Amino acid sequence: MPKRTDIKKILLIGSGPIIIGQACEFDYSGSQAARSLRAEGYEVILVNSNPATIMTDPITADKIFLRELTPESIMSIVEEERPDAVLPTMGGQTALNLADKLHQTGFWEKMGVEVIGVDIDAIHITEDRQKFRDLMAEIGIDQVESRVAKSLLEAKEITQELGGIPVVIRPSFTLGGSGGSIVWSMDEFDRKVTRGLECSPIHEVLVEECAFGWKEFELELLRDSKDNVIIICSIENIDPMGVHTGDSVTVVPAQTLTDKQFQIMRNAAIKMMRSIGTFAGGCNVQFAIEPATGRMIAIEINPRVSRSSALASKATGYPIAKVAAKLAIGYTLDELTNDVTGTTSACFEPAIDYVVTKIPRFNFEKFEGVDEILTTQMKAVGEVMAIGRTFPESLQKAWQSLENGYSGLGADRDEIPRKEIRERLKKPYWDQTLQIRNALKLGASVEELADITKVDPWFLNQIHKLVHVEDEIRALSLYQIEDVFMRRVKQHGFSDDQIAYLVMDDVTSAEVRAYRKSLGVVPSYLLVDTCAGEFPAQTPYFYSSYESETESEVSDRKSIVILGSGPNRIGQGIEFDYSCVHAVLASKKLGYETIMINCNPETVSTDFDVADKLYFEPVFWERVFDVVEYEKPYGVIVQMGGQTALKLSQNLDQEGVRILGTSADDMDLAEDRGRFSDMLKELDIPYPPYGKASSVEEAVAAAEHVGYPILVRPSYVLGGQGMRIAINKEEVARYVNDIWKLMPDNKILLDLFLENGIEMDIDAVCDGEEVWIAGMMQHIEPAGVHSGDSTAVLPPFSVSDEILHTVSRFVKKIALRLRVVGLVNLQMVIKDETVYVIEANPRASRTVPFVAKATGVPISDIATQVMLGKKIAEFRERGELESSLKGYAIKEPVFSWDKFPEVPKELGPEMKSTGETIAFIDELTDAHFSRPYEMRNLYLSK
Amino acid sequence: MQQTLSNSSEKRLRPCKLALADGTVVVGEAVGHLGEAGGELCFNTSMMGYQEILTDPSYYGQMMMMTYPHIGNYGAMDIDMEATRPMVAGLVVRQFSHQYSNQAADESLDSFMNRFNLVGISGVDTRALVRHIRSQGAMNSVISSVDLDNESLVSKAREWPSMEGLELASKVTAEKPYDFATGEGPRIAVYDFGVKKNILHSFQKRGCSVRVFPAATALEGVLSWNPDGIFFSNGPGDPRAMPDSIAVCRSAFDTGIPVFGICLGHQLMSLAAGLKVFKMFVGHRGANQPVKNVITGRVEISTQNHGFTVDPESLDPKKATLTHINLNDQSVEGVRFTQFKGFSVQYHPEASPGPHDSHYLFDEFLKDIEQTESMKVSPADASELQAVS
Repeated sequence: MPKRTDIKKILLIGSGPIIIGQACEFDYSGSQAARSLRAEGYEVILVNSNPATIMTDPITADKIFLRELTPESIMSIVEEERPDAVLPTMGGQTALNLADKLHQTGFWEKMGVEVIGVDIDAIHITEDRQKFRDLMAEIGIDQVESRVAKSLLEAKEITQELGGIPVVIRPSFTLGGSGGSIVWSMDEFDRKVTRGLECSPIHEVLVEECAFGWKEFELELLRDSKDNVIIICSIENIDPMGVHTGDSVTVVPAQTLTDKQFQIMRNAAIKMMRSIGTFAGGCNVQFAIEPATGRMIAIEINPRVSRSSALASKATGYPIAKVAAKLAIGYTLDELTNDVTGTTSACFEPAIDYVVTKIPRFNFEKFEGVDEILTTQMKAVGEVMAIGRTFPESLQKAWQSLENGYSGLGADRDEIPRKEIRERLKKPYWDQTLQIRNALKLGASVEELADITKVDPWFLNQIHKLVHVEDEIRALSLYQIEDVFMRRVKQHGFSDDQIAYLVMDDVTSAEVRAYRKSLGVVPSYLLVDTCAGEFPAQTPYFYSSYESETESEVSDRKSIVILGSGPNRIGQGIEFDYSCVHAVLASKKLGYETIMINCNPETVSTDFDVADKLYFEPVFWERVFDVVEYEKPYGVIVQMGGQTALKLSQNLDQEGVRILGTSADDMDLAEDRGRFSDMLKELDIPYPPYGKASSVEEAVAAAEHVGYPILVRPSYVLGGQGMRIAINKEEVARYVNDIWKLMPDNKILLDLFLENGIEMDIDAVCDGEEVWIAGMMQHIEPAGVHSGDSTAVLPPFSVSDEILHTVSRFVKKIALRLRVVGLVNLQMVIKDETVYVIEANPRASRTVPFVAKATGVPISDIATQVMLGKKIAEFRERGELESSLKGYAIKEPVFSWDKFPEVPKELGPEMKSTGETIAFIDELTDAHFSRPYEMRNLYLSK
Repeated sequence: MQQTLSNSSEKRLRPCKLALADGTVVVGEAVGHLGEAGGELCFNTSMMGYQEILTDPSYYGQMMMMTYPHIGNYGAMDIDMEATRPMVAGLVVRQFSHQYSNQAADESLDSFMNRFNLVGISGVDTRALVRHIRSQGAMNSVISSVDLDNESLVSKAREWPSMEGLELASKVTAEKPYDFATGEGPRIAVYDFGVKKNILHSFQKRGCSVRVFPAATALEGVLSWNPDGIFFSNGPGDPRAMPDSIAVCRSAFDTGIPVFGICLGHQLMSLAAGLKVFKMFVGHRGANQPVKNVITGRVEISTQNHGFTVDPESLDPKKATLTHINLNDQSVEGVRFTQFKGFSVQYHPEASPGPHDSHYLFDEFLKDIEQTESMKVSPADASELQAVS
């Protein structure tokens, strides 16, 4: 069936702010869907409250509503816009729940709006645990034993019937497994069940037989209106059942199933999808298999695109969201062409000839007292994906992508004590794959580890292989390594850093690199083609390996490499991906070939049709430099990818690679506290008194000299990691020790804390000659609360014109002195009518997308053009710098506290929020302003 | 430099080479039996089901390269056998798994290969080789861990007999007729050109009595068993080199007994009905090929394994109508014949390995038989039916 012509205008609902369990994967799916619907000629209107998204950009939809995601706001938009249809499957559970609510009240029907992409009656079934169970029983799909409890007493009775603990508690209707847990002992039973009951909006929980330790699998499905179903890919979790799939290390495709076992699963998945209505769109189904018996049970089904479908899209090259959107408007799969090959049908099941590993990224260090044991409730804030020809290679590349100091799966530092390894392996922790490697290194057997961790022996054996290769390297000095062995080592994903650490002699990774290249061992770039090489493919989507030929061709065009921001984490999230995508689009507009390097599968930047070329690679020095050496670009943009990309600028500079925009040395001038303060002094700009220390004694002495309260922090960090406010020397000493526990050898900075100061955030663009202030924001909360956790108001609401004048004078002076070309973000504190400069970051900031959405000026786009030689005057002349903001725009932080019930809610200089929303208000009497204003001092602690 | 690994679970690495007729030689490690074997190098994109592929008689004599890098992960087991022994000439993989994990496994793939003297090579860049044959076309090859001389290996590959024009069914067919299953349902006579076990299972599951006949059985021998349906199986080789089997097909058409064919059987039936068949540049081998049923409009994800195909130009409504088409290249995937009760498909509805989307074809065959039966039982009803149509 061709596309429908009775529908003209479609409403797309976004997923709102980033929270744990619902992250930027929905920006990816939403923008892909919006683009594909527009390409088909539909008018797309979009609602989302998250300003940091590409989907809320004017480039994505015809009309964008940056509004709250509530039934009321959607009703008013529908009444105003009168769409013919609503597509609620691209905005996660948030969008589905909203659509469901409005369906229950009969709103869609009343307004004549058709719900497409999902069977609206079925949403309830998949989220209501009992209804889902009944349905599965009806269609003959096996499940774990379980029953619904509405009270603690009922839960106790059910547990008894199920044969006692352990049992799993799953609250109905929650996101990311909120409130879910496993009860291991009776003394935690009451607490965990009660919490589950409280978390569920209808106060019921499912008490379930514990399939802990079973193998876990997922399938991604697409179905069209003719009921054709295809499986995009299978995913196998390395972490067995008991860990939320969002927190699990997962592998595409499934590795340990026979075809017969897999086909049973495929048939069951299709049956399950068909049982929940006759909709056209995407769907995700999860299964578990008891390893000893092979018994297969269904876990759940999600009738929408999900985190896993974003992963599946990136893992296979199959654009799930784009195709799902086309199916929702009437196309059938056989009418669509596979975008990747350009010649074959979209109605097929991708075959891949590589292995993909996803590892979640956590931020436990930000939450004091947090329970780090992984369970059924998601705790990860982001994820990385890596592609390798083999599992060992992809696992090592994934570890290189995490950007938490590792150069692969261990083998780059002293081994940790046996006792600690044993402790960590007893329960599921985020670094389980590393601890498995550590244990194997110490001589533990695969059988033993399989018994303790329940990880399938196949994976353990693969990790064991890596340990064997390590041992082989350890027996050699660098120059004893011959080319065949060097290639084999690199094929196992070992980085030059790891090799440098492992060889007998004392060598640097640069020496390893030089020697390796002299042996002719350089990466090859292979194509992600959906068909395992069966057909030629057109899509320039590559990954590195060490194979015999390279498929990426370097063009004659002047090219630009844009470095992405890696995994999402608190302090560096989707905001940077937004800027990266704009850098790509703006460079393209100026005629450059754009080359994206990133490893975050949830992002728009890793969509293979955003940049001209995509290298799905770790934003890790060796891998980045490999691509740069191969592509020989005109220059590299490091300003957009946050601290991740910026960190590589010194290396690039040393290697003689052109950094577009602000130079590496000037970036260092801004980053280096000493140099920066000297510069401020020279410019006659006030800054808070500060001290530096590399020992506790020095820190205390510096604090005594500077005064209290004092901010204690490590240098070169992100999102205020490890930052504390101390009020006496004992606290100073304690915080310094805390920092060193997390970040050994880091220099400590101590700044006088400007208590009760007014904090301001400024985003500006400078072309080296002129500075344009794009936005000045005043924080509602006092200084001391991290700017990412503050409610920011644009423009400032209580600062005098005179002060604002001083602020803008300082911005201009600093930007010009730092010779900024591109973006710069400054933080200032106003106390007793004095403006103090806290820091200047010559890069895209978290607030850039907010300012762009508030003012309607595409700042990142302009900044990129400036980096490429355009002048601010040109934009001004064309009136492109004019803000369209009326009234105030407010950026409100959003937290995921409910995922960490054991952590006290307190705010300080260390950022804790996971997302943000935007609100537009006319008057300061609006609740969006008045509520945070009244509470502004409530949570500031340290 | 190949080092011997101290760990006993890791097999000692033994060098091995794969040589192609065009002079390409790659080095890897020997897996399975140590020795030498030759055959046409082809590839399969299935990510699972390696044992079914290795034992599929349609692959008789071919060098099987798996595009999925890790092969051997779940070991080997009796239920994954599509014949009593491996049929391929050798196995080419990127990364062989000596260690396996699956509760259903009986042994490792390596031990299975050793048991049947099947040679294999691991550690070669299979993707590069796939791209090579994709552009150069299928070609002969030799795997050896006993002769490591490049020139000698290449000349062996060159001298290896070409597949084109070869009849191979006689190498894999049953030696004598045997009953695979006895059931209450229709009696299915299977012409065995290299039938996959799961085809026989598919009939058995539907309650049929199944008797398997050697490929060279004269039709009379089959008819004396009094079958309700005749099935022409899959198998290896060039259908154009099988005039006797084509003649058997033709005579079978004349009996009025419903007929059904898969893969080679489909090609033989098509030739018998006057259609043409040609060798493809690169065949279809995988478990993800989209086939559209043009009658229902539904798409099936299918398992395929063929290097020959029916020429769409030769389709003539007087002889046969197109029922199934490949969505990737529009090649002919299935036909229903006009002048007799019969249909055939190029792909493998029995899957194994691959999706089960096309199992319904077995039911369709049984429906054909049922209709014919009902006509036989009550000629009055049959004439009425004919009048209606």
